Amino acid sequence: MADSKQLYQEVILDHNKKPRNWGALADATHQAEGLNPLCGDRLQLGVKVNGETLEAIAFEGESCAICKASASMMTTAVKGKPRADAEQLIQEFRDMATGNLDTANQPHHLGRLTVFSGVRDLPTRVKCAILPWHTLHAALNSMGTTSTEADDDPMHEPTPGGVA
Amino acid sequence: MTARDPALALDIAAIRKDFPILDLTVNGKPLVFLDNAASSQMPQPVIDRWVRYETSEHANIHRAVHYLSEKATAEYEEARRKAQRFINAPDEHAVIFTSGTTDGINLVAHGYGRKFFRARDEIILTTLEHHSNIVPWQMVAEEKGASIRVVPIDDAGQLDIEAYKKLFNANTKFVGVTHVSNALGTINPVKEMIAIAHSHGVPVLVDGAQAAPHLRVDVQDLDCDFYAFSGHKVCGPTGIGILYGKRELLEKMQPFKGGGDMILNVTFEKTTYNTIPHKFEAGTPPIAAAITLGAAIDYLTGVGIDTIAAHETDLLDYATREVNATPGIRIIGTAERKAAVLSFAVDGVHPHDVGTLLNEEGVAIRTGHHCAQPVMQRFKVPATCRASFAFYNTMEEVDALVAAIRKVQKVFG
Repeated sequence: MADSKQLYQEVILDHNKKPRNWGALADATHQAEGLNPLCGDRLQLGVKVNGETLEAIAFEGESCAICKASASMMTTAVKGKPRADAEQLIQEFRDMATGNLDTANQPHHLGRLTVFSGVRDLPTRVKCAILPWHTLHAALNSMGTTSTEADDDPMHEPTPGGVA
Repeated sequence: MTARDPALALDIAAIRKDFPILDLTVNGKPLVFLDNAASSQMPQPVIDRWVRYETSEHANIHRAVHYLSEKATAEYEEARRKAQRFINAPDEHAVIFTSGTTDGINLVAHGYGRKFFRARDEIILTTLEHHSNIVPWQMVAEEKGASIRVVPIDDAGQLDIEAYKKLFNANTKFVGVTHVSNALGTINPVKEMIAIAHSHGVPVLVDGAQAAPHLRVDVQDLDCDFYAFSGHKVCGPTGIGILYGKRELLEKMQPFKGGGDMILNVTFEKTTYNTIPHKFEAGTPPIAAAITLGAAIDYLTGVGIDTIAAHETDLLDYATREVNATPGIRIIGTAERKAAVLSFAVDGVHPHDVGTLLNEEGVAIRTGHHCAQPVMQRFKVPATCRASFAFYNTMEEVDALVAAIRKVQKVFG
């Protein structure tokens, strides 16, 4: 049984309270909106890609603590990184949250993002943690609005331009 | 807290012994089940009734002449009469077994609406409706070129009856209204609303999903044209529900589904439909669930609906006072007349975070939009936390809820 208090660690509560990279990005080259109709979570993400680098990134919206902290830590993790690294982190984060990556025993690049590993034991909250990553993937691939309910499986690739 | 009338006092310890699930622990804490608006728990006598059917009565109904089939048929039809008495329907043939409230509403929307609605007709619904009393009407309205008009609510979550009266015109063809709001607990003045609709010659469907477990329902006194409720919210099983309809309307309606008992005679040229209620009970019905629902109705009737209502009023009053005395919590839905539901928001904490952390304390509440998004939009919140009570809940469980909320507030400091 998951210990949900384990999930609400200091680092997550801190990012929820003081989200990093919060706001709109005026010169974003890539944007997407992420929706979780079950929670009512909604976030807008803007990314400025220069060449192959995510030069700037910002988000805003309304969401639960898990989603907001995940978005905040995601933006911190991918800012200044090559696009390929961001895509790799997206995949690793999804794998961790859905129980397909054992961060204690398998190689990964998630660093402090492993604080979210507990969500894999809380199936109703997996989508909260993944939504920002789902949205980043949609932004980088010019997919527009994405939703956790585009398909029941959060691992599902969003339909290009699709709306839930 | 004591009930106002000693005759309505509830032996809560004895009641709780009937519900084995209430002895569970969750995360090492005693389960505090406050999600009864979604589904209530089943007492042992009702569970036993299901087991007895499967052990010694199981057969298909209305078909064979052998012992088991006759027994199952008799028990199924007796369950119908129990439901009839439960809501004081005038006629057992006006009581249809459905798969639940949603199915009952769909039956009326498609069975009545498809036959009688025309282009430019108007259907009146309210802001307080559950999605299941919105979507079926939208589906039929779209098909027929009809439209939906909506009764607004005030800041307390009460319907604006003056606005309701003004919505009627020559195009108004139907009213759908919930008896009790699932998201806010508001008890609507349905009797008055039905009288107003009838003065315009308009029939009314009442969604009784949240009323049947908590209030005495008398469909003849209400004079409603249709009344729908679910088995699993009145201590019965899932997959079963009741739709009451006035005989003359049911007889005029089209069947919604075809096959099985709804047929009198079939040729490839023409089918003759059975009489009500069978016309609306296509295929093999959920026989075990129907018989078990009958047992659930017996159980609730044995406890006494007025006793249940008095105890739940005490619980709601106590919970409202305790929550109001806790800084940083806002109650959403403060109607003068409410039943069994406390919807609230904790300042600075998303409802889903509240729900997850309350679960850590063994407290089960619902968080989300409760399939009532128009209500959420009205109050400009994405979701709420909802504690909903049943007669087997205690004042101590209210204390556990409030203590758990305070822990959440501490975590989010």
